[in-house]
Amino acid sequence: MKLFLKIWRQDDRNDVGRFETHTLDGVSEDSSFLEMLDQLNEQILEEGSEPVVFDHDCREGICGMCSLTINGHPHGTENSTTTCQLHMRKFEDGDTITIEPFRAKAFPVVKDLVVDRSAFDSITQAGGFITVRTGSAPDGNALPVPKESSDKAMDAAACIGCGACVASCKNASAMLFTSAKAGHLNMLPQGQAEKDKRVLAMVSAMDEAGFGNCRNYGECSAACPKDISLDYIAKLNRDHAKAKIKSIFA
Amino acid sequence: MNLDSKIPEGPLSDMWDNHRFSSKLVNPANKRKYKIIVVGSGLAGGSAAATLAELGYNVDCFCYQDSPRRAHSIAAQGGINAAKNYQNDGDSVHRLFYDTVKGGDFRSREANVYRLAQVSTNIIDQCVAQGVPFAREYGGLLANRSFGGAQVSRTFYARGQTGQQLLLGAYSALSRQVAAGQVKMHTRQEMLDIVVVDGHAKGIITRNLATGETKAWTADAVLICTGGYGNVYYKSTNAIGCNVTATFRAYRRGAGFANPCFTQIHPTCIPVSGDHQSKLTLMSESLRNDGRVWVPKKVEDCGKNPNDISEADRDYYLERKYPSFGNLAPRDISSRSAKEACDEGRGVGPGGRGVYLDFSDSISRLGESAIKERYGNLFQMYERITGENAYQRPMRIYPAIHYTMGGLWVDYNLMTTIPGCFALGEANFSDHGANRLGASALMQGLSDGYFVIPYTIGDYLAKSGAGCISPDSQEVKEVMESVRQRVDQLVSTQGKRSSRSYHKELGQIMWEYAGMARNEKGLTKAIGEIQDLRDDFNKNLLVPGASDNLNAELERAGRVRDFLDFGELLCRDALERNESCGGHFREEHQTEDGEAVRDDENFAHAAVWGYEGDGKIPTRHQEKLKYDNVKLAVRSYK
Repeated sequence: MKLFLKIWRQDDRNDVGRFETHTLDGVSEDSSFLEMLDQLNEQILEEGSEPVVFDHDCREGICGMCSLTINGHPHGTENSTTTCQLHMRKFEDGDTITIEPFRAKAFPVVKDLVVDRSAFDSITQAGGFITVRTGSAPDGNALPVPKESSDKAMDAAACIGCGACVASCKNASAMLFTSAKAGHLNMLPQGQAEKDKRVLAMVSAMDEAGFGNCRNYGECSAACPKDISLDYIAKLNRDHAKAKIKSIFA
Repeated sequence: MNLDSKIPEGPLSDMWDNHRFSSKLVNPANKRKYKIIVVGSGLAGGSAAATLAELGYNVDCFCYQDSPRRAHSIAAQGGINAAKNYQNDGDSVHRLFYDTVKGGDFRSREANVYRLAQVSTNIIDQCVAQGVPFAREYGGLLANRSFGGAQVSRTFYARGQTGQQLLLGAYSALSRQVAAGQVKMHTRQEMLDIVVVDGHAKGIITRNLATGETKAWTADAVLICTGGYGNVYYKSTNAIGCNVTATFRAYRRGAGFANPCFTQIHPTCIPVSGDHQSKLTLMSESLRNDGRVWVPKKVEDCGKNPNDISEADRDYYLERKYPSFGNLAPRDISSRSAKEACDEGRGVGPGGRGVYLDFSDSISRLGESAIKERYGNLFQMYERITGENAYQRPMRIYPAIHYTMGGLWVDYNLMTTIPGCFALGEANFSDHGANRLGASALMQGLSDGYFVIPYTIGDYLAKSGAGCISPDSQEVKEVMESVRQRVDQLVSTQGKRSSRSYHKELGQIMWEYAGMARNEKGLTKAIGEIQDLRDDFNKNLLVPGASDNLNAELERAGRVRDFLDFGELLCRDALERNESCGGHFREEHQTEDGEAVRDDENFAHAAVWGYEGDGKIPTRHQEKLKYDNVKLAVRSYK
């Protein structure tokens, strides 16, 4: 395949950035999108220039490191697919492909296509855990968990923390990410004790990190490579409202 | 080299209890006076950092990714073993211990494996309490599945994403400690050297991958939890960033490196499709619970649509050769059988390097929805990569490098031969011998981090008194200077070839001569070729850009440079281990029907390599392995 690539280049977070164009020939349709970029980088290297940097690691759709906006869509237009799992057979010979970083105020660009997503870590640190001291746990079967709750918790826990939800949202809201983590824990009996505290803390950490508000556009769920449902946002709103009211009367 | 394994006295089942009692404790009020460096944030590193911080130690944790949640433990699919015996099917601590020692082809240390089996049950309890959404029965209790090398059902799982869920559990515990100020998390930082002063580990030198800054960090002890070295083969199931640098740098500073030739080739990976490929993707071994492995009986059928090949013309070779374990034969045996079938010309798919994994029987017995429920995400992943639908057509699989049993030598306390430097998880060598059983890596990582190191590190700190030196001290500055010189060397070579091209070539040499089958001639040849390749690398490497900012080419060049040295060490170890055992198959040592032949008289030991200087042949030391509780037997799965 022969491809025309429009790629975002930016030296650091203070640089204004620019698009750079490249023509790449001889791309195998069995290669993944990132392997296509590897090939491009080898070509750039031969031309004596500096290769494009992008985040990637596991290349099997689970670590959440890859983070490209492809033709305007985070992770490209394929449903339920991360960038690393997107294969070139989904493109046509002669296509022009535009590649940009995930764009959001809370995700500043580090260089080229690499962004800083540490804001997600700060949301988790605020309350995305169950407080349990190592060694103090009761037997695993001491507390039966209905299969349905466990399955729903697992659906939410499947979030890979890539940030496509934020990048796809007009407001750059992190509600889908936050609601998935809070939802996972709030749905389990083990997570009940800290439920109210958790949602209040995570939502305020989210606001402090500079993410926008949720207006229920639903772009986030459509862009999510793990198909996290909007239902979790509804649940987070409900849990948050309850916790807030309780805190007023407490 | 002092290889005192410090195995406690007493009967096997009491060793860990006795040891915990005889270990010195650090007074709760004194713990805050100690500083501990944890390198790596996967299951071993993440769980260790969280637990040590919880106890009151000050922890600095480092990872090369942008978040500790992305460590490659996250990619483990199938599950985690534990001797809970919830299925009432005959499991026990002793059986898990025995299965692991036998699965490792009698090349692991009894005491360590027994402790692993003992604490396995605590791990499940801990993870459930953290909110890990393990699969459950309708009654609300935990579900189990079977895995290769075991005849009981003891594997706990969270769909096909068990590693992810366990890692997120450890990450949540770690996050809690970061918020509490007990752990300082340093992301996008790579450890490039370890500081050893008066024989004790006192700190590390890192390079900040985003800014290029090299920096020294000092502490009372250093934990290396940086995983395995599978990427020395270039194409493996490891993440692209996985590397040997941290463990190899510790080796160069005096830590013994044990059994580097013990590498595991996983039987169920998606076959190679072309030269563009950067990594191989694993399909969980749990698939072998419901899938049947076969190749056509006749060479001329290999090009046919598999659905058109009649039952009579299919060779279900694992069921034929190993009737009692069948498709659940251990990984090394399954991998070698696949290679044999392909070597006979009966392989399928591009290049004839593939075998079928067929679900049609299970689909007709259980229905497509049941299979979808168990393995839906794996079938989806397979379709994305190959463009084929495995509900309608058997999957094609082929073995690939997956896990490395070798690693830094550690004693019963998980301490390397450098006092104060510990190695946890895949980075150490102790528990899996020459072959790891499925669903045991997660168990080991979490066992080391949650339940072993919190006890054993206290003993070191209390007895040695440890002591943190200043990052500005002369010893630290010297190490820092050598790191800077190494980085400058890579940038200033200004030759013509990219580090990736060297890595690819190294991978080809390794796979060809030190892959699934090895022999003396090939290994000797490989050592020569690696040396030549390294000489060329030193003269002809091209790293564009500078070292003072984010430079992915520079990162890779540094890792490949260490892989070039390490690959030679691996081949040397494989050459010296003149026997076949587990994942190490020497063609000179096999039965008539191709089974591995061990040599217990001469090789019932861990080979521990000591660094002697650049260009010098390292020294091979031995830790004799004693088996008082299991009988050394020919490993049979027939």
